[in-house]
Amino acid sequence: MSKLYIARSPKLAARVLDGEMMIMSGQDSTLFTLNKTATVIWQAADGKTTLEEIVERRIVPEFEIDADAALQDAETLARELASHGILQVSEEPIAPANPAAGDAQ
Amino acid sequence: MPELATEIEQLSLVIEIGGMPVRVNTSDPGFLAMLQNRYAGFIGASDHAEVEFDIDLTRPKAGDPNADVRVTQQSGRWSLERGDFRAQWEPAAHRGWIRQSANPYSIDAVLRIVHTLVLARQGGFLLHSASAIRNGKAFLFAGVSEAGKTTISRLAPPDATLLTDEISYVRKLEDDYLAFGTPFTGELAKVGENVSAPIAALYLLAKGSENRIEPVAPAEAARSLLANLLFFAEDQELVQQVFHHAFEFVKRVPVSRLAFVPDARVWELIG
Repeated sequence: MSKLYIARSPKLAARVLDGEMMIMSGQDSTLFTLNKTATVIWQAADGKTTLEEIVERRIVPEFEIDADAALQDAETLARELASHGILQVSEEPIAPANPAAGDAQ
Repeated sequence: MPELATEIEQLSLVIEIGGMPVRVNTSDPGFLAMLQNRYAGFIGASDHAEVEFDIDLTRPKAGDPNADVRVTQQSGRWSLERGDFRAQWEPAAHRGWIRQSANPYSIDAVLRIVHTLVLARQGGFLLHSASAIRNGKAFLFAGVSEAGKTTISRLAPPDATLLTDEISYVRKLEDDYLAFGTPFTGELAKVGENVSAPIAALYLLAKGSENRIEPVAPAEAARSLLANLLFFAEDQELVQQVFHHAFEFVKRVPVSRLAFVPDARVWELIG
């Protein structure tokens, strides 16, 4: 599995409420809600940290799951979020676009 | 020498929804009469209009009114497009045009979109919900198709004033949220009253075995509100604003789930 870098798309609005991440696409106003695992991945998506590192450091310890299976699920999730335009996925580090996605508190 | 051109008489009408007057100009008396009938109760008397549209009537074409609408902005000019209409609107100039056939549905969609764009800048929104005023307070009943918006509207007692059975109009005025009546109808096909009141509660409709009000967690309230918002624009800044307004709304307005059986006694819980 090649290294993947992920970054939050700048073209959206996002906010966490009661631990639930809600994201609205800036392209078509579609609403997404992320579960806890997806929220951790999305919040850690800074464009500089690989998905593998995010899974190792954040997902495996917090959710006590098998690292290989977790990485596979995370990649599937990342590509799905990317298909909706709310996450960017690349095999190279991703430069920050603008701070709009930083609304995700 | 005979005149080579005849001046076409310009007819106009002000449609005032949510306190915002929109003037529409047409040269077709039949279309004007159609609009007067469609928006009866929402015809403004004022000369002033926030927005003015010239309507260019075309022959009916096979455009699909159920097709996805596209709302985009470029250099301060909004373009609105669906299978059955095209429109442009320049907010700074307060003017625009609509190209459509002589039907009430296309202009209805244009008006809804324009109102969502204006409200997004003012802290308000349009919501898939029925709404009514009772005892001086407005109540919203949100839900997707088949959730019960028409049913709850139909069951409303005589002392309730129906604002809409389909699309609620929410404006923020200082610290209050007000619900206004709209002519946007659902299955009930009954135009709302053109009045407004402060919003006392938003109910998320659910079918139940008995009538009861249940608490809703803030996250579910926000998610449900966002899911029922009408917003069409492909515009990052406005999406951010609408998103923010939704969270502000659920912070200030009580949101609960209203489970109900199709029974008029559900209104004993409301107001």
